[in-house]
Amino acid sequence: MTKLIYLDHAASTPLDPRVKKEMDAVKTYANPSALHQMGLEAKEIFHQARNKVAKILNCKAEEIIFTSGGTESINLAIKGIAKRKGHIITSKIEHPAVLETCKYLERNGFSVTYLNVDKDGLVNLKYLEKEIKKDTILISIMYANNEIGTVQPVKEIAKIANKHKVPFHTDACQAGFLDLNVGADLMTLNGSKIYGPKGIGILFVKKGIKLEPLMHGGGQEFGLRSGTENLTAIVGFSKALELAQKEDNKKIEKLRNDFIEKVLKEIPRSFLNGHKTKRLPNNANISFLDVEGESILLYLDHEGILVSTGSACSSEKLEVSHVLDSIGLKHDAAHGSIRFSLGKSTTKEDLNYVVKKLKGIISSLRRISPVHLNKEEIRQ
Amino acid sequence: MTEKKYEVIGYKGRCWLYSDKVKKHFLKPRNVFQSDQEENDWEKTADGIGEVGSPACGDVMRFYIKIKDDKITACRWKTFGCASALASTSVLSEMVVGKTLEEAKKIKPQDIVKELGGLPPRKVHCSVLGDQALRKAIEDYEGKQK
Repeated sequence: MTKLIYLDHAASTPLDPRVKKEMDAVKTYANPSALHQMGLEAKEIFHQARNKVAKILNCKAEEIIFTSGGTESINLAIKGIAKRKGHIITSKIEHPAVLETCKYLERNGFSVTYLNVDKDGLVNLKYLEKEIKKDTILISIMYANNEIGTVQPVKEIAKIANKHKVPFHTDACQAGFLDLNVGADLMTLNGSKIYGPKGIGILFVKKGIKLEPLMHGGGQEFGLRSGTENLTAIVGFSKALELAQKEDNKKIEKLRNDFIEKVLKEIPRSFLNGHKTKRLPNNANISFLDVEGESILLYLDHEGILVSTGSACSSEKLEVSHVLDSIGLKHDAAHGSIRFSLGKSTTKEDLNYVVKKLKGIISSLRRISPVHLNKEEIRQ
Repeated sequence: MTEKKYEVIGYKGRCWLYSDKVKKHFLKPRNVFQSDQEENDWEKTADGIGEVGSPACGDVMRFYIKIKDDKITACRWKTFGCASALASTSVLSEMVVGKTLEEAKKIKPQDIVKELGGLPPRKVHCSVLGDQALRKAIEDYEGKQK
């Protein structure tokens, strides 16, 4: 066994030992709906966890719905609100959980506007407001992008949505470390991105927003999500969110900034994707011209450095990342993109090692590459 | 409370996306240029050069051959692409040396895949282009003979 440098925290985070400790302390296996003493104990633990989340989000306990994770929360928000036919506004760079749910509704008679984003990945607020129609039933824009890390002006979007009385959902799965009091009507969060357990998430549903449940059954979660509560995971999620919200992002941001600066300086013909400053503190998405992402990823993997790529060759569908495509990157250049997502365990030494290895890898891959792209022509 | 270190441990190198043979060729590609000088020489002195693919699609292969008495005596290649693209060109470069032009022309993607110990099916169509680049190089040579 060898120590690895894990730089894929945007995909999944380890379980924080402090979270694990609280989860381990949950000894009861009773159903929180049971009326006996063990059930009541479970119910009490459950309420405490929900109250903790509500306090962090500055909302009422009954506005928190526990689900099985980000994808379910997103499905509940979008399909749940789509009771009557209407129009939905979203962006082209959303997570597939949002895009595929919208496409499903489109096939079932709904109309959907997929907003363009600029070269940094930001939605245009003026265009967004212009797209609001009489029958718009939902605006769903992600808080922060999972690939390029761009953080959207969600507070402003909430204001616009509010002005037009259209419910606003934000997928905040990547934004657990940012300010979550943004004024959204619906908000998705999940445990696996904030050093919590997998298979647990929440949907914040503002009072007054009426949703149709996806799961019908025993009527748990105020009738919005039937099924026996996953108590241990719920406790873990609440602790993870508490820790995430207390975390000082400055340290990781500094490490990340230094890393980007070093890579761009030491490796010629490389450039950053996403917004320079309006981005997640731990995300660095960098394209390397003339080389292909999967090859870079697997060479890094061989050196014990774990990253991800937006290259088509690495995806099941062999399609280039829809996010890189939407920010106007030509496919030639998108193929050579690598996402480094730092975590709490990442050190300066780790990143220096990564830069050193990366430099060698890019140089040897370029030696055997017959391609020489024009740096001025990497945009569509 | 002092923050605990999140120990990241793994089984380095034990889990791998492709076959062992792909790994071998990917990590140590055969018959590639060792210097700019060598590449410049081959660009001038190769008997045939062929290139296929496009960077937008994610794969480009360039194949250089030297020929004597209708037999391929040496080859070099350059590839832009994923691990299976690099490995498949590398393994092809080992397969062709010593073959007659007629034999070399008959090499099919399936032969390369077999030599590599298999590839994920979705990778075969896009990443095994080496045989086409080789055929183009042979055509380039034959064109010059006329």
